[in-house]
Amino acid sequence: MSGRSQGATTSVTRRSDKLNAWAAHHRRVSIETLQQLIANPFSSAMTWLVIGIALGLPAILFVVLQNVADISGDWGGKPRMSLYLNPEVTVKAARNFSGEIERRADVATSVFISSDDALREFQNRSGFGEVLSTLDRNPLPHVIEVIPVSPDPMELSSLVTTWEEHELIERVSVDLNWLERLFALLVFAERLVTALASVLALGVMLVMGNTIRLAIENRRQEIEIVKLVGGTDAFVRRPFLYLGFWYGLGGAVVALLLLWLSLFLLSAPVEQLAQSYRDDFALHGPGFGGGLLILLTGAALGTLGAILAVSRHLSDIEPQ
Amino acid sequence: MIRFDEVSKRYEGGSEALSRVSFELADGEMAFLTGHSGAGKSTLMKLIILMERASQGQVFVGGTNLNRVSGRQIPQVRRNIGVVFQNHQLLFDRSVYDNVALPLTIAGYSPREVGRRVRAALSKVGLSDKEKKFPQSLSGGEQQRVGIARAVVNKPPLLLADEPTGNLDPELSQEIMNLFSQFNQVGVSLMIATHDLDLVKRMGKRELMLRQGRLVSVEAR
Repeated sequence: MSGRSQGATTSVTRRSDKLNAWAAHHRRVSIETLQQLIANPFSSAMTWLVIGIALGLPAILFVVLQNVADISGDWGGKPRMSLYLNPEVTVKAARNFSGEIERRADVATSVFISSDDALREFQNRSGFGEVLSTLDRNPLPHVIEVIPVSPDPMELSSLVTTWEEHELIERVSVDLNWLERLFALLVFAERLVTALASVLALGVMLVMGNTIRLAIENRRQEIEIVKLVGGTDAFVRRPFLYLGFWYGLGGAVVALLLLWLSLFLLSAPVEQLAQSYRDDFALHGPGFGGGLLILLTGAALGTLGAILAVSRHLSDIEPQ
Repeated sequence: MIRFDEVSKRYEGGSEALSRVSFELADGEMAFLTGHSGAGKSTLMKLIILMERASQGQVFVGGTNLNRVSGRQIPQVRRNIGVVFQNHQLLFDRSVYDNVALPLTIAGYSPREVGRRVRAALSKVGLSDKEKKFPQSLSGGEQQRVGIARAVVNKPPLLLADEPTGNLDPELSQEIMNLFSQFNQVGVSLMIATHDLDLVKRMGKRELMLRQGRLVSVEAR
């Protein structure tokens, strides 16, 4: 009977020991599955690449959109108004008027551009310098560029009414319509990319599901043995979930590399293009938070795909 | 340790693998289960480790009524039963050490405790120098002993063996049987399915004989 009593006492291991062993098993399984993936570099790389492309494509689009949104934000996420002054208003009076406008509570900034400055800038940028220098008189009026505090259309229109009646002002123009259109376009593009990202995320999960299904099939005998010697479902599941996790995380790393590569290739032409409009624009990447988000998304999708595959296929395997 | 109470097992398709089988294996007893292939030996073993469920009747293992064990509780039941298979059921991509350690890892023993017990089990079956080897580099007899080490490493009160000597020559078979006797001497209950009748005679233990799903003799030693 000594063997039996021994068996009884030793099967009651302490709770903390169990927890430690559980954590140790997690550690061990996570490292082992990663080693398995690295031991088969070709097939692992194929899966990583597929996931990387599926994650990278929407990531690149999102970053590009973000950049476009930032540019338009710089140009006035808030609508901008141009007040064209009467030609006979002097520079001094115009400058005072600009200061007066800036002090209003409903105005954020007001920038005065004299007709001379405007002409100079126009000559520099438009390439009509030769033609313009032949004019005997500056055809441009003084302009005050105003950014109101509120983008609310009601308040904007009341500002417009106030200024249209002002004696110094000839004409008020609001750069609102094109901005509205651009924002609507951006929202549309963002929705489109979100839809694309969702479809591709589903794709990642299906790819993952299939990859894990094959892995389960390859280890059918091992699963049977583990179940025979008393392995719980959680124990059997664990390596496959880690497999999904590593596939997803590896895919996300590939996605980040693709993103970085595309930004690198795009940045030179984009900056050249941007310089003809503005001089201080540079493409920026997803940043630390964005990068982390891509990694987390990859790992989560991989694990989720693995959970789906495991819940569908693992119960089919019972020792025969 | 094991009690069968009017147990029948019918497979889908109508064939009855076991019919109204009743017997009891006492604590610390060692017995042989004999019969031709297809007589129901494997089915009987499968009922004990819950690979199959009885169609009728009740199976008790260590006082637990297996009819009342839910799917989630199956692993817990299996951890108290060591099983030795004819085809060893070893993991060929793992070392001997890892194979033997499997039940302990599953049960959540600390790595230090696992090491201690695995070495004890391997030394018991005479394979202390092979722990780093892989199963395919071992002979059939050695592989079987790895399987036995794995079955006893958890010190289960009950050991089942399904044709453990099926592929071994008489000398090795005797060695394996002696090993089983040693476990029996320290209190482990054993049930060994075999069709090696000479061996059964030599061991002088109780024999349960199945014929076409019925228990035809329960010979005392």
